[in-house]
Amino acid sequence: MSADIPDRLITKLYRGVDEVYGSILGVSGVSGVAYNEDVEIRLRDGSLRRGHVLAVSEDKAIVEVWTGTSGIEPESARARFTGVPLQFGVSVELLGRVMNGSGEPLDGMALPVSDVMADVNGAPINPTEREYPRDLIITGVSAIDATNTLIRGQKLPIFSGSGLPHNELAAQIARQAHLKHSDEPFAVIFAAMGVRHDDAEYFRNSFEESGAQSSTAMFLNLADDPPMERILTPHLALTLAEHLAFDLEMHVLVIMTDMTNYGEALRELASQRGEVPSRKGYPGYLYSDLAALYERTGILKGKRGSITQMPILTMPNDDISHPIPDLTGYITEGQIVLSRDMHLSGIYPCINVLPSLSRLMKDGIGAGFTREDHPALADQLYAAYARVQEVRSLAAVIGEEELASADRNYLAFGEAFERNFIGQKQTEARSVDETLDLGWRVLSLLPQEELTRINTQDLKLHYVDKSVN
Amino acid sequence: MEVGKITWISGPVVKVRISSPLQMLEQVEVSDMHLVGEVLSIRGDEATIQVYEETEGIKPGAPVYGSGAPLAVELGPGLIGRIFDGIQRPLKDLAALSGAFIQRGFTAAPLSRETKWHFSPSVSIGTALTPGQVWGVVPETANLQHRLMLPPNVSGTVTWLANEGDYTIDTPLVKLSTVQGEVTCSMLQRWPVRQPRPIRERVAPSEPLLTGQRVIDILFPIAKGGTAAIPGGFGAGKTVLQHALAKWSDADIVVYIGCGERGNEMTDVLIEFPKLQDPRTGRSLMERTILVANTSNMPVAAREASIYTGITLAEYYRDMGYAVALMADSTSRWAEALREVSGRLEEMPAEEGFPAYLPSRLAAFYERAGRVTTLAGNTGSVTVVGAISPPSADFSEPVTQHTQRFVRVFWALDKDLAAARHFPSINWLSSYSGYRDDISAWWGAHQAPDWQDLGKQMMAILQQESSLLDIAKLVGQDTLPDMERFILLIARTIKEAFLQQNAMDPVDAYSSPAKQVALVRLLLHIYDRGRKIIEQGCPVGRLQNEMDLWPEIVRARATVPNDQPELLQELRTRVDAKLNVIGKDYGA
Repeated sequence: MSADIPDRLITKLYRGVDEVYGSILGVSGVSGVAYNEDVEIRLRDGSLRRGHVLAVSEDKAIVEVWTGTSGIEPESARARFTGVPLQFGVSVELLGRVMNGSGEPLDGMALPVSDVMADVNGAPINPTEREYPRDLIITGVSAIDATNTLIRGQKLPIFSGSGLPHNELAAQIARQAHLKHSDEPFAVIFAAMGVRHDDAEYFRNSFEESGAQSSTAMFLNLADDPPMERILTPHLALTLAEHLAFDLEMHVLVIMTDMTNYGEALRELASQRGEVPSRKGYPGYLYSDLAALYERTGILKGKRGSITQMPILTMPNDDISHPIPDLTGYITEGQIVLSRDMHLSGIYPCINVLPSLSRLMKDGIGAGFTREDHPALADQLYAAYARVQEVRSLAAVIGEEELASADRNYLAFGEAFERNFIGQKQTEARSVDETLDLGWRVLSLLPQEELTRINTQDLKLHYVDKSVN
Repeated sequence: MEVGKITWISGPVVKVRISSPLQMLEQVEVSDMHLVGEVLSIRGDEATIQVYEETEGIKPGAPVYGSGAPLAVELGPGLIGRIFDGIQRPLKDLAALSGAFIQRGFTAAPLSRETKWHFSPSVSIGTALTPGQVWGVVPETANLQHRLMLPPNVSGTVTWLANEGDYTIDTPLVKLSTVQGEVTCSMLQRWPVRQPRPIRERVAPSEPLLTGQRVIDILFPIAKGGTAAIPGGFGAGKTVLQHALAKWSDADIVVYIGCGERGNEMTDVLIEFPKLQDPRTGRSLMERTILVANTSNMPVAAREASIYTGITLAEYYRDMGYAVALMADSTSRWAEALREVSGRLEEMPAEEGFPAYLPSRLAAFYERAGRVTTLAGNTGSVTVVGAISPPSADFSEPVTQHTQRFVRVFWALDKDLAAARHFPSINWLSSYSGYRDDISAWWGAHQAPDWQDLGKQMMAILQQESSLLDIAKLVGQDTLPDMERFILLIARTIKEAFLQQNAMDPVDAYSSPAKQVALVRLLLHIYDRGRKIIEQGCPVGRLQNEMDLWPEIVRARATVPNDQPELLQELRTRVDAKLNVIGKDYGA
């Protein structure tokens, strides 16, 4: 090997695959292999697999194969070390395209010539170079706009359960999302990890119907695709998002579903690697690994583009304390939690606002952003709805008739809040004013003296006094 | 100096065949990209190193360079107002070198070698100095004298001293003749992060760290030099509370460590703190704050180092005689970093995969807090507040359990309170403070002789409420006797008017001690008078409806400015007038 040839131009071809277990290959007799280098494995029939170097010593590399090891025959398999970490050729031309979970086209067309080859793992954003997100995205969904406001550059996941309408909600948000004073369109990047064919199809149709298809890139790893590939999929999607947002200054909304499948793929991998498990068998680095995805969100100083993330996950057994929703909630800037009870009572979207939260909301609402009365209104709606839960559990014991009249007011408020305020049609896009006025109307079912979170001036302005009418 | 070559790499852990001696915990540089690392173990000719940067692309055979010294931080003027990563690389300077994304292999000196500081000597030639003694001062900010101290291992007689004037931090300013020979000192010194800086002795904490947060200062106070933990599930408000403490605590210096948390949170601090005023000095809060940021997506080994970097900076200012408050958000992420590296080292795990040395490391960290007499004889303190992020908000997990043994204040954040937007969501029944007795003398002397009693009375009402609510849940509030319903009414008012505090409200965010005391007195006064009226047969409904000042009482926390607590006195007069009218009917 001559010293003046750059490493990356040398393709090293080895035959020495001498171990296969799980998704892991052992390749002996190698030299000059780098940690986390991209590896191509060529099988006897000429087909290709991709992997990366998990660990390397002076003469042996441990390679993890993304797309499964079935059919790999140690004698005939050849591993080629590419000399660079896994890269993805990104281009704005990928918008409008459908790819599989490894970034290969599924729509029968060749991939565009890439603008840039980018490391799929990205690099951490320097906190001093971030712009703090402040611009609110109006989704037209009252339960989000009023009480869990989405901000451009935020990572706000949907915590759902099997059979709940999270896909419908995500698609509605992708369709309706806009800024107050701007109609700059979002590019949407959709990453599916281990989802059913019909779910993927639902999103594809939804984007097509709304005419957003040409500004949408889809990465589809379906339920029957190799589990290891699920780990790759969101990395590719976010690499493209970073290119669009920070090189081309576009606004990008990334929808990733289902993060639970991603976490399970990670657990499968960790157990094959023989790692020490922590909670529920998930690896100890699950938090760091999820953070490396979720933190690829935000706005950079001096750039016009932004990345907003909306990961979707199904909570196994509707358990919010399961490691995937739990660790996600610790990283993301809030969460939108769907409720099975509300779904069963026929309310769409079945957003339970009490465990839901938008951490960035405080800086994006109020005077100059939405309306001056918005923060106090949201605060009061929360407090009153929390009280509704107490009253309901009391009513379940002593019966509604036995309740004090103040408590009965709360029941009426709770009903109206769920049916009229949270509940809306899938095709209904409410303006901020409509949403806030509606909030005041349901709040006015309570007597004024109960509304201690609101100052007297706002009460005068907005309280709908029925004794006057 | 090259000390060996890499033989094995897996994530942040590499193994090295050593060719010349390395010491345990020595700081090293890995490969020709000079990635910073630290020696974790040495067995024969093989050393294991944890690397503080991403190791992608590093190959076996790459060189490792030794430094001969353990991982250390630079100490000197210029720390205040800056943001560093977990191994004290200045993040603003890194951005200038490598752009918006943190790239590997870039280094910048933590402290600027170009900035000139105004030095005034405080000793003269011939003065005999002992370790830690101050030999000069530099105004680091408008309100902060940076005291230049002799390193803890140096003593001697001044033989030469620079004149007052402007110097860079590496200019020699003083020469001493010592038993080891001549020693030259500049403003700059280094200290290994894992080694506590020496002190003369510990002294008992006796002064509160006033936080401006009512539920803390009155019910669960922390002392200067104390330790506290804030456990809470996601969304319970740990970070908002930590930020509030960093903003409003009456510390001279605040060290804020963002350990494995969100990038936007650090950005928030960077944008908000410079705009906020320290209520005591009127200067920007950033002029007393040092930030250490190792966000969740930055290399995990540097996250492990970040809390040691932070506490070493805190100890340095403590040694100057200052009260330093350190916030670590979150210690759980630090423990996870420990677990991750331990896993890569294939160590035998104890609970939940954490290494068996987790409790001893936690203890060693919290024990670096304290109120002390410094080597030079001043009094300084480091107060440590660590956030904990228990998985599924379950406080029985290892990090919470072990931490509880090493801290004296426990502010348990409650998910249900947070869901009802009761913030700070400190649960008054499961939180505690071990400093109440230590600091009651201070409160007695400065604010309220009956401070201890005020808190106890309020707690008694809240505890009664808790047992009454259990009954009310079964039978409904309306069936309870009037006195019990009155207690529920007062407890609810205490929660809304006193315990809740809106961190976003310009007035309510910080409550002065005088306002806090006035507010408690008002509430307890209403309780006492109301009880007497009810004892005379007044139904609770009358007190609730005819005394129509309840909403005003609840809003007082946001409408009464800190410098006008007398407005609460005025409110009390009006409350009394109303109560007099009602009470007259019952002869009370």
